[in-house]
Amino acid sequence: MSTFIDKSTRLLVQGITGRDGGFHTKQMIEYGTQVVGGVTPGKGGQKFDDKVPIFNTVAEAVKQTGANATVIYVPPPFAADAMMEAADAGIPFIVCITEGVPVLDMTRVYPYVKERGSRLLGPNCPGLISPGQSKVGIIPGRICIPGNVGLVSRSGTLTYEVVYQMTRAKIGQTTCVGIGGDPINGTNFIDCLDAFEKDPATTAVVMIGEIGGTDEQEAARFVREKMKKPVVGFIAGQTAPPGRRMGHAGAIISGSAGTAAEKMQAFEENGVGVAKRPIDVVDLLKRAMR
Amino acid sequence: MNIHEYQAKEIFRKYGIPIPPGEVATTPEEAEAIARKFGSTVVVKAQVHAGGRGKAGGVKLAKNPAEAGKVAAQILKLTIKGLPVQKVLVTPAADIASEAYVGIIVDRASKRAVFMASPAGGIDIEEVAAKTPDKILRHAIDPRYGLQMFEAMQLAFFLYSDMKQVRPAAKILLQLYKAFSENGGSLAEINPLVTTPAGDVVALDAKMVIDDNELDRRPDIAAMRDESAENPSEVEARKANLTFIKLEGNVGCVVNGAGLAMATMDLVKYYGGEPANFLDIGGSSNPEKVVAALRIITSDPSVKAILFNIFGGITRTDDVANGIVTAIKQSPLKVPLVIRLTGTNEEIALKILKENGLSAMTDMDEAVKKAVALATGGKAA
Repeated sequence: MSTFIDKSTRLLVQGITGRDGGFHTKQMIEYGTQVVGGVTPGKGGQKFDDKVPIFNTVAEAVKQTGANATVIYVPPPFAADAMMEAADAGIPFIVCITEGVPVLDMTRVYPYVKERGSRLLGPNCPGLISPGQSKVGIIPGRICIPGNVGLVSRSGTLTYEVVYQMTRAKIGQTTCVGIGGDPINGTNFIDCLDAFEKDPATTAVVMIGEIGGTDEQEAARFVREKMKKPVVGFIAGQTAPPGRRMGHAGAIISGSAGTAAEKMQAFEENGVGVAKRPIDVVDLLKRAMR
Repeated sequence: MNIHEYQAKEIFRKYGIPIPPGEVATTPEEAEAIARKFGSTVVVKAQVHAGGRGKAGGVKLAKNPAEAGKVAAQILKLTIKGLPVQKVLVTPAADIASEAYVGIIVDRASKRAVFMASPAGGIDIEEVAAKTPDKILRHAIDPRYGLQMFEAMQLAFFLYSDMKQVRPAAKILLQLYKAFSENGGSLAEINPLVTTPAGDVVALDAKMVIDDNELDRRPDIAAMRDESAENPSEVEARKANLTFIKLEGNVGCVVNGAGLAMATMDLVKYYGGEPANFLDIGGSSNPEKVVAALRIITSDPSVKAILFNIFGGITRTDDVANGIVTAIKQSPLKVPLVIRLTGTNEEIALKILKENGLSAMTDMDEAVKKAVALATGGKAA
């Protein structure tokens, strides 16, 4: 078992003929993901790599292929439209890799996608991988091994680092999910923690956060109130200078400055094991799973 | 992207928000001439991307043109939070009956633009939030409809009771929301929004921050960037598509990805060192980016050792290795270099480094320990 994606996932790639989209489509197919179609307006009827059919619109692609997930690699000015098009076509799971989507665009995309009942992961995220089954996005497949730990993270390469250290210690993963670091994203920590709690194959969870906002604090409370499985966490940015990334007013709305110290304290108070270094995640997991 | 007060005022004026006249000067003589034109007591305000201008001596009253020239000369010599003041705004002094605060930001929690209004304006709004939170009214805006008149009125009634002020204030709020959403703002603020003894509602200050991701589609706004008002190494980094923040330590860090970059800085500190910077070379791995990154880091004299931490995903580690080799050939390093890389094309990268007399480690903790030891001369653990 796994979360969000598995062997049965039938994936579309929006922006399949672009440089990044093309490169990662090949990687996903090589990993075993069922890529059933691509979408590039104006290239409908062609084939990607002589194999994957390309369509002009997402609606047409869904009709022809029965796709149940999509991954978006289109450039930032077109990303909001691509996410909305996917939701309108009824795709239940939408992953947006694109970095640089304007935040005001996301204030419109978020309610649009939600009202149509789709789940959005990202934007500005590395996607997700269920080792040995399917990968959607850009997480390198060879650093993962199948196992029982679910992982959710706000960052990209730091996720790879932690997964790599886990894999070196022979701790495998059910699903690794990168939710992305943008201020407005479709899926948050709690959505993933909830999914991991419900996934029978997952026995422990790793949560990797960053400074800014209060998502990690709320996730920590969720762990205490709603979860039985052990959760360990790491927060990046313990040495980050205050006030460099967030405006004054941002801190007011959230009612806090979103510092690493504050988040680590929330972890501790709610029974989430706190890793001081990325490598400490491994020992905490070993202890939690004993 | 930060813009100056005078630039934010230009935008707000275009939307019909009442703002007193004002002109920008770069010399005391210009400031004096502007003050003479206004013919009244003026305020001379430092135009710099830093808060707390008043406390730092960057905002001063001048009763006559000669005095305006004199205070402008003082302010133009100031450095506020590390940024030298190069421009001042000269504007007629206003008589103030009351001061309020209005602002909009994008809120992560509600995933919407949120209005804030407070009758306690003129001071640091964060202080108001901490001490008297009931004096701030917050209201999230539905992005599909924008700010409606009745919402603007609700906010305005929180600030004023006299309809002579409520109506114009509501109009200002509607205009402010338009200016914010049509120019790709991540923050728009008027602090203070004042009433004059005659009862008029006027915006005395203006602040706007633009979402960097909006700049490609808004060339007119992007053209407002004032590079002379930014840290020079941060300007160079941005031109090379790097994200760089200067810090006070001595271990220079070059990392791919923001999360890993922060975790690397944390680890430097954990092992007894101090990071000299945050530097994210981003996802793509153009060797020229690496060359630019090394040039920026080596220009900081406090850097005593340089640490590369690269986890190749999209980033190809052989590109990074090529960048390091090219940079060192262009100008040999004066400080020791520690390279940690793993991931995409690692074998090729290691070969490139070896052929050029360099070596790399694969373990992050070991690499950080080594860099800290080199930077501190072995004093830290």
